[in-house]
Amino acid sequence: MENVTQEIGKELQDKFGDAIVSQSLIIDFPTFVVKKEKILDIMNFLYDFELYKFQFLTSLCGVHFPDNVKEEEYSVVYQLHDLVRNQRIRLKVFTSESQIQVPSVTSLFSTANWLERETFDFFGIQFTGHPNLVKILNMEDQPYFPMRKQYPLEDGTREDKDDSKFGR
Amino acid sequence: MNTTDLEKKRAEIEKQGYSILNLGPTHPATHGIFQNILTMDGDIIIDAVPTVGYIHRAFEKLAERRAYYQITTITDRMNYCSSPINNFGWHMTMEKLLGIEVPKRAQYLRVILMELARIADHLICNSVIGVDTGALSGFLYVFQEREKVYEIYEEICGARLTTNLGRIGGLERDFPKKAWDKIHAFIESLPKALDEFETLLSRNRIFMDRTIGAGPISAERALNYGFTGPNLRAAGVDYDVRVATPYSSYEDFDFQIPVGVNGDTYDRFMVRQEEMHQSLSIIKQAIAKLPEGPIHADVPDIYLPPKEEVYNNMEALIYQFKIVMGESNVPAGEVYHSVEGGNGELGFYLISDGGRTPFRLSLRRPCFIYYQAYTEMIKGAMLSDAILTLSSLNVIAGELDA
Amino acid sequence: MSTEKDIIETNVNITKAPEGIEGAGFFATSLDQVVGLARKNSIWPLPFATSCCGIEFMATMASHYDLARFGSERLSFSPRQADLLMVMGTISKKLAPVVKQVYLQMAEPRWVLAMGACASSGGIFDTYSVLQGIDRIIPVDVYVSGCPPRPEQVIDGILRVQELVGKESLRRRNSPEYTELLASYGIE
Repeated sequence: MENVTQEIGKELQDKFGDAIVSQSLIIDFPTFVVKKEKILDIMNFLYDFELYKFQFLTSLCGVHFPDNVKEEEYSVVYQLHDLVRNQRIRLKVFTSESQIQVPSVTSLFSTANWLERETFDFFGIQFTGHPNLVKILNMEDQPYFPMRKQYPLEDGTREDKDDSKFGR
Repeated sequence: MNTTDLEKKRAEIEKQGYSILNLGPTHPATHGIFQNILTMDGDIIIDAVPTVGYIHRAFEKLAERRAYYQITTITDRMNYCSSPINNFGWHMTMEKLLGIEVPKRAQYLRVILMELARIADHLICNSVIGVDTGALSGFLYVFQEREKVYEIYEEICGARLTTNLGRIGGLERDFPKKAWDKIHAFIESLPKALDEFETLLSRNRIFMDRTIGAGPISAERALNYGFTGPNLRAAGVDYDVRVATPYSSYEDFDFQIPVGVNGDTYDRFMVRQEEMHQSLSIIKQAIAKLPEGPIHADVPDIYLPPKEEVYNNMEALIYQFKIVMGESNVPAGEVYHSVEGGNGELGFYLISDGGRTPFRLSLRRPCFIYYQAYTEMIKGAMLSDAILTLSSLNVIAGELDA
Repeated sequence: MSTEKDIIETNVNITKAPEGIEGAGFFATSLDQVVGLARKNSIWPLPFATSCCGIEFMATMASHYDLARFGSERLSFSPRQADLLMVMGTISKKLAPVVKQVYLQMAEPRWVLAMGACASSGGIFDTYSVLQGIDRIIPVDVYVSGCPPRPEQVIDGILRVQELVGKESLRRRNSPEYTELLASYGIE
């Protein structure tokens, strides 16, 4: 699996240069950290790649790293799959809270439509070019983004449960 | 959207002569809580705007609060029609992260339970397609088989529906004799029940007229939408996680993947029907080839020691205390593992930072991903076909909203 | 050789008549008892099934545990025609207005059964999006606990509802206590 990472990494470096920040192999998944501005171009390139055609987007999710440097506080992780040659790959982009826009990949994969809405709902990451970016699982007028680490799990206004007895 | 925007939209739609129908969150035929606002031209659907999130229970945030072994109980409640598959998917994710090798006997027993769960899930889906076309008796006959699966689970773990089966590292106990008796009885009775169900529906003129051509989707659109599981196989693509990336010794079993042609409701029904026969064959092979051996890996710091040792041995007591308090050593890292759930590829993406709870657990839920395509599948169809398409997609609300 | 009368007396359960004065050709009892007897053996439930408890309800309605024996043969999905609102499964804050609306659309007399831990108190989901029990928004008559409760427990819950229905006074729905109870939930 290490040479798969090297193969794909070399092709990506040749085409995109320093938009590919790093590459590694994390328990059987070749993982590439890329710059967010180029994510749609990289995905288009990987869609018609000669070695592996990554034409299936398995999952898309956001992560919040409050302990990272400010420019890398939020991350979006994409997992792609080549069904024919059975190879999976992971792409990550990092972004800061002040400039939290990331290009949307809905034009390439229709499945990203609701996945990006869910990421926006939970973390507030704005996907530019998305047809309908509103909250999907929570109520549309919820003023905050609940999966961010600073917000608690419980609803603070509930009266029937005593936090002190629940060890919180 | 505030009220004036909504009124304007409504006026626009009505000017064109269309009407608006609210296929509301509570509806007898939608088998789940999700809303669709349909724009209709008489009985033909022009557009549909879905709203989901009516049972959003914040699983991903809840997982960040719970110790690793406590998360099994919330994975139960995602696709609650086939809980063992979710449980074992989570355990396999943890085993991949920790590098644990589960012994063969435990893997074969897991396969038996997962295939029983798959049969139970498909039984509900197919009988409910029958109910939506008006055939209520199929549902009543087939639910008796599901009761037998519940009894098997009860013998093994005590619970009927939300099973919380197994542990990270294997199973918690071997199957008792009564469970084996019930499994053998089930293997005898299921083919007869399935045959009875098939004679009622599979070549029934009315059923075929209702379901052929209802809610079709082509293979290219299905792949673009991220479909997996029986819905994708009905569209013609033979992608099955059990064959592509075999886990838990699925490579030792010989089974076929049924594939449809048009991707319409009839194909989805027949694919699920055939998958039940294939699952039964896998269970028979697993019972025939079951090896002897331990039922759990030797990992004392994540697998609870047996109670006799806890009461007599100091080391076992310390391990028991550490594990129950959630202080097991889980290394930092990230892992993605997927299993073939009842509806498709159920994936767990886990980022661990070395603490006692996950840093981030993202659940790749197949229902959420393929429900997006529902709008496209029902454009131009009649309302009754839309209801059938919805029940044949097998959208489980717990997995949709998570 | 057992006669038909013997078969009926050993195999068929007939509800006991209420207490009253019996004579040749007449039976005198109070109106509440007769009306209660009729109501309790023909409750039409509205299954408001959201999640896992809904599947256990399907098992309760199926042939093995058959809820129809107790008179609940006809499930009504329209609140206007239902007597008992069975809320089964987790209710999130997004769905709470819908539950309240369904309750308001039901005609008196109406009863509510909260099935499962999530409907009774929020269950294991003590999160920002889940309503911690439906008794935050509507008055509940019977709680059935369990996650999910076994079909036998659900049947026990229905039998408790039947007891409540049978013993209810005909004037209860117009009494000031009842109006006060509804007012505490913001219902007129």
